[in-house]
Amino acid sequence: MSIEARNISKRFGSFVALDDVDLTVKPGRLTALLGPSGGGKSTLLRIIGGLEEADSGRVFIEGVEATNLPAQRRNVGFVFQHYAAFKHLSVYRNVAFGLEIRKRPKAEIRRRVDELLALVHLEQFADRLPAQLSGGQRQRMALARALAVEPKVLLLDEPFGALDAKVRKELRDWLRRLHDEVHVTTIFVTHDQEEALEVSDELVVINQGRIEQVGTPDELYDHPANDFVMGFIGEVTELGGRPVRPHDIEIFTAPAEGTVAAEVVRLNRVGFQVRADLRAGDEQPWAQLTRSQAESLGLEAGREVWLRATTG
Amino acid sequence: MTLVDTAVAADAAPARVDDGAERNVARLRLPSGLGLGVSVLWLSLLILIPLAAVVSKSFAGGWSGFWDAVTNAQALATLRLTVVISLIVTVINAVMGTVVAWVLVRDDFPGQRAVDTIIDIPFALPTIVAGLVLISVYGPDSPIHANIYATRLAVALALLFVTLPFVARSVQPVLVELDTDAEQAAACLGAGGFTTFRRIVLPQLLPAIASGAGLGFARAMGEYGSVLLISGGLAHTQVTSLYAYGRIQNYDYVGASAVSTVLLAVSFVVLLGLDILQRRARRRG
Repeated sequence: MSIEARNISKRFGSFVALDDVDLTVKPGRLTALLGPSGGGKSTLLRIIGGLEEADSGRVFIEGVEATNLPAQRRNVGFVFQHYAAFKHLSVYRNVAFGLEIRKRPKAEIRRRVDELLALVHLEQFADRLPAQLSGGQRQRMALARALAVEPKVLLLDEPFGALDAKVRKELRDWLRRLHDEVHVTTIFVTHDQEEALEVSDELVVINQGRIEQVGTPDELYDHPANDFVMGFIGEVTELGGRPVRPHDIEIFTAPAEGTVAAEVVRLNRVGFQVRADLRAGDEQPWAQLTRSQAESLGLEAGREVWLRATTG
Repeated sequence: MTLVDTAVAADAAPARVDDGAERNVARLRLPSGLGLGVSVLWLSLLILIPLAAVVSKSFAGGWSGFWDAVTNAQALATLRLTVVISLIVTVINAVMGTVVAWVLVRDDFPGQRAVDTIIDIPFALPTIVAGLVLISVYGPDSPIHANIYATRLAVALALLFVTLPFVARSVQPVLVELDTDAEQAAACLGAGGFTTFRRIVLPQLLPAIASGAGLGFARAMGEYGSVLLISGGLAHTQVTSLYAYGRIQNYDYVGASAVSTVLLAVSFVVLLGLDILQRRARRRG
């Protein structure tokens, strides 16, 4: 159940949303399209789902060309940021919609909808209207509705974007578990790097209409292809004119090989972690270390130290 | 203020709060009571008292007088014509008004703003002028050879003209607010354009369509000016308002009031029915 997009380009007026993009999504995986707002990731998702037409390029779903198929016939599940609930239908009827369209027998619909409502923990809300649900519940209903028709792929467009931080976190964990249960090939769009790192098997970083890098969360974090990816995924600071992770800055109390002299400007303790703001010449890097490291080094504001980047 | 003072004040607070609450209610009561009184008086002067007068007038000859006045052959014929034509016009309006609103909201074409303005012309035009306009196009001197002067079709056309804006204008704002994501979601679930419209869009437009159709129906039932000329003053095209006017000309006030009361009752029942329908729809959120 792979998805392939080849040479996709799309403009909105003079704005280039996607510029000759190639993407291959492996079957059964949970892939995140990650990037800043306006970078083209939602447009790419909508082109794959058939909700938007590319100016050029082709889309293949399970190896079959879908470029000219309308959304109605692509058999993809699509989940929208703002739920797109059928407001006049009950939760049950929302989930049953795709099956009713397909004219499945009543008993089968009932069995399947009950099963899905149990999967998204909404059994007791079957008769409610969407307006009577919280945002998180509405999005779970939308997911059940998309899964009801057994789609070949599941496309999620900023699915947790409209929810508050706590619910977002819960749903994120829940989506991960759900995916481990159903195994449907899933692409999900987000601008939240923490969300992408936590949930996905594979990350696709998209910026300004181009794909910057594709890889597992670890690969992207440890071996970013360029400064944009490094800056976008995880914290980054600058030492010796090069970007470096704050936890990759080594601090010495005496000069050593390859070090530069610096001064501790400020120490900021957040729980177990210590953030040291430093000044090295005209650079102001910051380092992240544990509380015990900071204590054993005897760090304090105004003290002279020597810095070195451990990797990269 | 010292600590002790504060404590005393706090102890005394509940009583004061109660006093304050009562005063608040009293203060609220005066203006809101005034508003209520003024609006009841206003509605009474404009609507309730005149309507009550018409209803009471229609029963001046007792129940049998009323019954005779509405069941004589001509009165019955005009009532039947008025109600049937109004219903047909309402159904056509419900469909066409929705189509017009759809085109104005969802389509993008040159001259859209102009069309948006043209819709209001039937409201702005004096109805007698509307009648003249229709006669000049569909009358005996029709430049397009479509003379329907003095036919029931002409009456229906006049009523369609004056009631055109009701449904279009009530559906338009609802359609603007409608979430197109839901339609896309339906498409992804395998619904075609027609199914999506019937099962997702239409149910959400229905309250607005019903409300516009109800107002249009009430308007059609009582329309006078635009049908006056084009109906040709013949018996088989006579609507109830024209009949009532004829009765007044013959000093038959009971006859005029009686058929008016029937129109009133039918309009009231239709508006009430549509209101119940809307409430039911609104409860669904």
